[in-house]
Amino acid sequence: MTDPRELYQQVILEHNKKPRNFGKLAPCTHHAEGHNPLCGDQLDLTLVVEDGVVRDVKFEGSGCAIDVASASLMTGAIKGRPVAEAEAMIDQFRGMVRGELDPATQTPLLGKLTLFQGVKDIPSRVKCAILPWATLHAALKGEEEASTE
Amino acid sequence: MTSPSNIGLQPLDVQAIRQDFPLLSRVFHGKPVVYLDSAVSGQMPAHVIERMAKYEREEHTNVHRGVSTLSQEATDFYEAAREKVRKFLGAASAREIVWTRGTTEAINLVAQTFGRMTVKEGDEILLSAMEHHADIVPWQMLAQEKGATIKVIPMNDAGELILESLDELITDRTKLLGVVHVSNVLGTINPVKEIIARAHAKGVPVLVDGAQAVPHLKVDVQDLDADFYVFSGHKLSGPTGIGVLYGKLALLEAMPPWHGGGSMIRSVSWEKTTYLPAPGKFEAGTPPIAAAIGLGAAIDYVTALGLDRIAAHEHELLAYATEKLAAIPGLRILGTARDKASVLSFVVDGIHPHDMGSLLDGEGVVVRAGHHCAQPVMTRFHVPATTRASFAYFNTREEVDILVSAVLKAIELFK
Ligand SMILES: Cc1ncc(COP(=O)(O)O)c(C=O)c1O
Repeated sequence: MTDPRELYQQVILEHNKKPRNFGKLAPCTHHAEGHNPLCGDQLDLTLVVEDGVVRDVKFEGSGCAIDVASASLMTGAIKGRPVAEAEAMIDQFRGMVRGELDPATQTPLLGKLTLFQGVKDIPSRVKCAILPWATLHAALKGEEEASTE
Repeated sequence: MTSPSNIGLQPLDVQAIRQDFPLLSRVFHGKPVVYLDSAVSGQMPAHVIERMAKYEREEHTNVHRGVSTLSQEATDFYEAAREKVRKFLGAASAREIVWTRGTTEAINLVAQTFGRMTVKEGDEILLSAMEHHADIVPWQMLAQEKGATIKVIPMNDAGELILESLDELITDRTKLLGVVHVSNVLGTINPVKEIIARAHAKGVPVLVDGAQAVPHLKVDVQDLDADFYVFSGHKLSGPTGIGVLYGKLALLEAMPPWHGGGSMIRSVSWEKTTYLPAPGKFEAGTPPIAAAIGLGAAIDYVTALGLDRIAAHEHELLAYATEKLAAIPGLRILGTARDKASVLSFVVDGIHPHDMGSLLDGEGVVVRAGHHCAQPVMTRFHVPATTRASFAYFNTREEVDILVSAVLKAIELFK
C-alpha cells in the first residue's frame, strides 16, 4: 500500500491551487458534465473541435485536488491535439490509474500526466483522477453526461 | 464538559478497555492506527467476537425449529439476546423487539407495512432536515407510490431543529413524523421526547432513528414514548447484519406482515395462511443468529462499562477536540448545537474533505470523508462533503492530539 501522502506532489498541489483552462467556452462544439456520485465532485467540460483537432478546452466545477489537478493537466495536454490522439490518451490514462498499463513503457502520450500513476494504489481515489477523462470521453462521443459509477 | 450528574462517576479505564480491541494495535503507513470512525461502524470487543465464534464453533444450527437440544439451546440464546435488547431500550415487552438487518431495513419495514397501511393520497410525512438517507428514501418511495408528500422540519445554522415551526408543519394530513435522535453528520442530540409529545398532541406517531444515539446515551423508549425506535448492531460494538425495530405492541399487532416465508407463519394451506403474532410475523426466513447473539453480547459489554461513564468520557473527548480544532485558522466545524454527541464534522478552506481524508489516512488516522449519506445536510450547509471524526469509549486525548497535528500537517502541505 502506497502512502497516500506521496500522491500529493507539488505539481498536483499547484494545479489544484491554480487550475489552468478554468472556465467555460461559449460557443463550444462539444460539452459534457461529469459526476462522481461517491464524493459529489462535478465537472463541466466545454471544447471547441475544428477539423478533427481540439482547438480549445475549458473546465469548471468543484472537486478534490486529485480531480482538479487531473482536469487542469488534462486540458493543457489535449489542447491542440487531434481528437484521435486525445482519445488514445483517455485510454492510456485510464489504463495507468487502474494499474493495467505500465507508465514506463505503455503510455507514451501521457508525458507528465504519469504523475498520477500513484493513484492506482489508492482505489478510493481512482475515480477522482478519472472523472475529467470520463467527461472528455463523453463530450467527444456527443454524450451530455458522464459518471464514474 | 463534565456535567454535575457525572461528578463522582468512576472514569473508564481506557487503557484496559483498549486491550479488548485487537484492531487498535494495527499499523497503517508505519503509524499506529487511530480509529476515529465509530460513527461509520463501531469496533467489536474481543468478548463479542468470541461469543459469536463460540456459537459458530459449538452451537450452530437454526432457531425455532425442531426438538433437538441443539436447536432449543440456539433458540434460547437468540431469544435471550432479544430480551437484552428489550431491557437495553426499556421496552415493556420482548414482543416489541423485531430483528432486522439494521436501521435501514427497520425503516423500510415500517414504511412498507405501517406506512402502506396508513398513508393515502394527499397525506404528509414529516421528516427532519438532518435525516440520514435511510430515513428519507423509504418515505420518498412510499410517498411516490401513494401520491403523498414529504415535508421537512428545518434547522438553524448551528444544526438544531427549529421546533417553533413544528405546530405549523404538523397538519391533519400528517401520518408520521421521522426524526433522527443523534445526527450522524452534526452530532446534534435532538430533543426527541419533546418532539414526540408535540406530535402525539396532534395524534401523529413518531419513528426515531437511533442508529447514532444508542452507542452514546441511555435510551428509554417508554420514557420517550416513541412509537418506533430503530438502530443497527454494528454501531453499538456489535456485528453487521443485525439491527432492531422497536415498535409499540399495539402498532406492531395492527401492521400487516412484510416479507413472507418460513418462520413467520402459524399455518399454511393453499386456501388460507395465518401469521404469527408480532414480532414473529416480521421475521421471515432464517435470521442471522450469530449476529443476534453477538449484539446481545455487545449490549452486555457496553452496559458493563456503563452508558453514563461512556457518555462522560466521550463528552470530554468531544469538548477537547472541538476546542483544539476550532482554534485552527480556516477550519470550520459543522454542527455546533448545544447538545451534541461525539461526532465532529469539519471543513477546511481550500482543502477538499477527500484530500483531507486521504492525508489523515496517511497518518494512520481513520475518519470518514464524504456526504455521510445525508446529502440534504450537505446542501443545507453549502458544502460538497465534510471530514468527520467520531469518538468512542476506547479513544484517548492523545489520539485527538494526533488528529489535530495531522490536520495541521495537511494544511501546511496545501499552503
Ligand atoms: C443516523 C443513521 N441512520 C441510519 C443509518 C443506516 O444504518 P445501517 O446502514 O446500519 O442500516 C446510519 C448509518 O450510517 C446512521 O448514522
